[in-house]
Amino acid sequence: MAGKVKWVTDIEKSVLINNFEKRGWIQVTENEDWNFYWMSVQTIRNVFSVETGYRLSDDQIVNHFPNHYELTRKDLMVKNIKRYRKELEKEGSPLAEKDENGKYLYLDFVPVTYMLPADYNLFVEEFRKSPSSTWIMKPCGKAQGKGIFLINKLSQIKKWSRDSKTSSFVTQSTKEAYVISLYINNPLLIGGRKFDLRLYVLVSTYRPLRCYMYKLGFCRFCTVKYTPSTSELDNMFVHLTNVAIQKHGEDYNHIHGGKWTVSNLRLYLESTRGKEVTGKLFDEIHWIIVQSLKAVAVSAWRGAELGWGLGRGSFGEVVGPASSWVLPRACQVNASPSLTSSTANDRILKYNLINDTLNIAVPNGEIPDCKWNKSPPKEVLGNYEILYDEELAQGDGADLRSRQGQSLGPKGGRSRDSGRTVLTTWK
Amino acid sequence: MLQEESDLSLIIAQIVQKLKGSNLYAQLERQAWACLQRPEIKLESLKEDIKEFFKISGWEKKLQNAVYSELSVFPLPSHPAAPPEHLKEPLVYMRKAQGSWEKRILKSLNSMCTELSIPLARKRPVGEQKELLNKWNEMGTDEPDLSLFRPVYAPKDFLEVLINLRNPNYENGDSLSFRTHLGLIQVPLKVKDIPELKEFFVELGLTTGQLGIDDSTQVPPELFENEHVRIGQKVLAEQDGAAAQQYIRQGSPTALRADLWALILNISSQPEDILYYEQLKTNVIQHDLLVDSLIYKDVKLTASNDDYYFVFEDYLYQVLLCFSRDTSVLGHFAYNSASPPKSYIRGKLGLEEYAVFYPPNGVIPFHGFSMYVAPLCFLYHEPSKLYQIFREMYVRFFFRLHSISSHPSGIVSLCLLFETLLQTYLPQLFYHLREIGAQPLRISFKWMVRAFSGYLATDQLLLLWDRILGYNSLEILAVLAAAVFAFRAVNLMEVTSLAAAEAVLADLSTLKVMPLLQIFLFATVT
Ligand SMILES: Nc1ncnc2c1ncn2[C@@H]1O[C@H](COP(=O)(O)OP(=O)(O)O)[C@@H](O)[C@H]1O
Ligand SMILES: [Mg+2]
Repeated sequence: MAGKVKWVTDIEKSVLINNFEKRGWIQVTENEDWNFYWMSVQTIRNVFSVETGYRLSDDQIVNHFPNHYELTRKDLMVKNIKRYRKELEKEGSPLAEKDENGKYLYLDFVPVTYMLPADYNLFVEEFRKSPSSTWIMKPCGKAQGKGIFLINKLSQIKKWSRDSKTSSFVTQSTKEAYVISLYINNPLLIGGRKFDLRLYVLVSTYRPLRCYMYKLGFCRFCTVKYTPSTSELDNMFVHLTNVAIQKHGEDYNHIHGGKWTVSNLRLYLESTRGKEVTGKLFDEIHWIIVQSLKAVAVSAWRGAELGWGLGRGSFGEVVGPASSWVLPRACQVNASPSLTSSTANDRILKYNLINDTLNIAVPNGEIPDCKWNKSPPKEVLGNYEILYDEELAQGDGADLRSRQGQSLGPKGGRSRDSGRTVLTTWK
Repeated sequence: MLQEESDLSLIIAQIVQKLKGSNLYAQLERQAWACLQRPEIKLESLKEDIKEFFKISGWEKKLQNAVYSELSVFPLPSHPAAPPEHLKEPLVYMRKAQGSWEKRILKSLNSMCTELSIPLARKRPVGEQKELLNKWNEMGTDEPDLSLFRPVYAPKDFLEVLINLRNPNYENGDSLSFRTHLGLIQVPLKVKDIPELKEFFVELGLTTGQLGIDDSTQVPPELFENEHVRIGQKVLAEQDGAAAQQYIRQGSPTALRADLWALILNISSQPEDILYYEQLKTNVIQHDLLVDSLIYKDVKLTASNDDYYFVFEDYLYQVLLCFSRDTSVLGHFAYNSASPPKSYIRGKLGLEEYAVFYPPNGVIPFHGFSMYVAPLCFLYHEPSKLYQIFREMYVRFFFRLHSISSHPSGIVSLCLLFETLLQTYLPQLFYHLREIGAQPLRISFKWMVRAFSGYLATDQLLLLWDRILGYNSLEILAVLAAAVFAFRAVNLMEVTSLAAAEAVLADLSTLKVMPLLQIFLFATVT
């Protein structure tokens, strides 16, 4: 065995450091030779910026793809998905099929969104079509619910633009850039509360795309009961599921932190709404994740061959009124999991998440090698399951067919087909 | 033979008596009248034709289910001459013990009232009524000061009472065999041994397919699961309560569970049931009871902090507050060794004609009571349905977990069954724990009192409760408690204190109950 992995991180979190130390790896500084660098997103931006132009050597690995922001910035995510759909349409792909109203049948999974100020006029046009809708304003580059607010009148946008001192909407001030999305005002409620899903997805390569889904995702609940009433539009405890917001609420509970496991959600939905609806919901969630990843995989991934990304996606809106259907909507993708633990369980979850991630990213804890076949054996997956493997999916062109396929539950089709590691849902 | 026949006619008479007052009876009567208009009903064969009509129209099934449901609730027929307290509890010393336990609870409740100078009940002023109505769906956000309230009792207080239970007839030492029982429970009751349990739980055997085992990811669904689901759908389509009960002995598929349980419990959610629930709600809005604060406090102390159940907090208030007002619950005291506590209108203490039951349903909640409701929230999101299911589960099963009786599903028998299983089949472990002052029952008692709610992962808990319904018995709780000890035996043999033993058994949320039960009952050499 050739030496020990040398690691650096600029994030002082015990769940990370404990994991490195457990493996007997050696801590170094960023100026020394390193094999593994767990970087914050700021660092990665600096290191791989055009000026610095850092290139990874064959035995180096980092925790992000350098251009992860293609998916994690709110505006770019929307742009990329829009572009991806157009491209598929041009190719005449069956995935891009539309219904009689011109809506994508399989790719309509992001709420209507515009960039502000750039798309202001388009937005106004859309706003006027259904003036009773509520919209959500989000700063493109922020996270944790920061800077988000809801509006239902055009005057509120005007006020916002005055307050943020952009003299006119034509000014392309990217710093002030916001996205405005149609607010989903009929979310699926449990116990009367809104929630979103926090799912962890690991991408080991984009070309070909191979990604894993962590089984232990969770729902994050609001502390205040949901109401679509416009009188509560300012109450973020009703509308935003971010823990960073909710933990300031009067009713925030520090024991469970408003977090409910995805397996609880599944049990509840299957018990109250049946197997079919539940299976379909989870299938669609997986579909959305894979399609979003594909949307950015087509952009160039120069020099990123050894990066691997661990992202968390939030499916803000599992919508559906009391009827029997539920429909997921993608809201955002974050670059890295929050490594701050809000409860004891959270801590264990995150420690294991990093552990399983490292087992896949750095097989056997050996020094990375860019020639690795990035397809680890099933035994090391831990709580990950393969979500999609392009190589295995190649050739049978069954993406669309399998979309309506069997559910990818804890016991979905994949685990059943004797030893094959690929999900039948996506094959 | 003769005896059996007269028993049978007794049962029939009892059931007919009960059904006569029911809504179903009125409906059947109405249907019978209405069907006279039909051409196929002939005067000359009136009786037969009406029967046939009931069969075809599904009313016969409804009647069957109602009869079947009565049969599972009602205890064995009592001789008409037997006094009603025999139906409650045949053993005098048990009745006495329950009686004095009730006195203690009531005393503690009353002294809390006096201490805090709060009345047991009061009518809410109109303003307050309105306010409560408005926040009916979010009572959890209300934060009244409950620091002075304390649960009337906790499982461990109750355990002390059970430990001190004695049968006066055995005090003279004429029960040598029982003397060898080294557990905490010192009353002689007949409990099943493993061969008897094997026979009783025969469908849990190694050769029968089980949800909770044979649906795991390693097992191809063609082997068992698919077919089992198909049968379940058929049972539901037939609306046959007896078949449903037999069926879920092998476990209920998640998606069918809510309906199967409702069928077995004979809950149909008719408009009048919803109305009834609404009336209870009105009652809650109008009157403030002291027990409300106890319920409130209990939910806050348990479910609100629970990783599985916190999302259902508000459902729990709704169900439990309505439950405390529901006088139909009083009916179960006919076969419960407990009796509803009485309270007297001010100034009329001791005068029977001024006595009222308090709380109106006769049940004083204790620490952890809300956990009986919490798991049901995973199955029913409609409050009135959730309510009915819970009430039925309570009057069939849960009341037995906090009443002193000799019933095989009663908590005393469960404790004894648990201890006997351990002492007989895991003697080394049993003696070791006893030696270090960690009597196993001190650890397992709370699991059984709560029917494991709050201890197991919910999917596992529901699989367990499937079997409670399927066998119409709580004995499975004692078997599981023993199986948990067996499963952790190696670690438990190493501990040297009660605290350490408790630590080994602190987290049951990763356990898979069906394999544990199956191994304990069927795969251990006995
Ligand atoms: N279009 C929308 N409709 C309804 N709720 C939304 C929408 N977009 C976001 N949210 C809510 O706001 C929260 C934060 O939005 P998100 O896009 O995830 O931004 P951030 O990066 O600040 O977390 C989401 O978790 C969700 O609860
Ligand atoms: Mg977010």
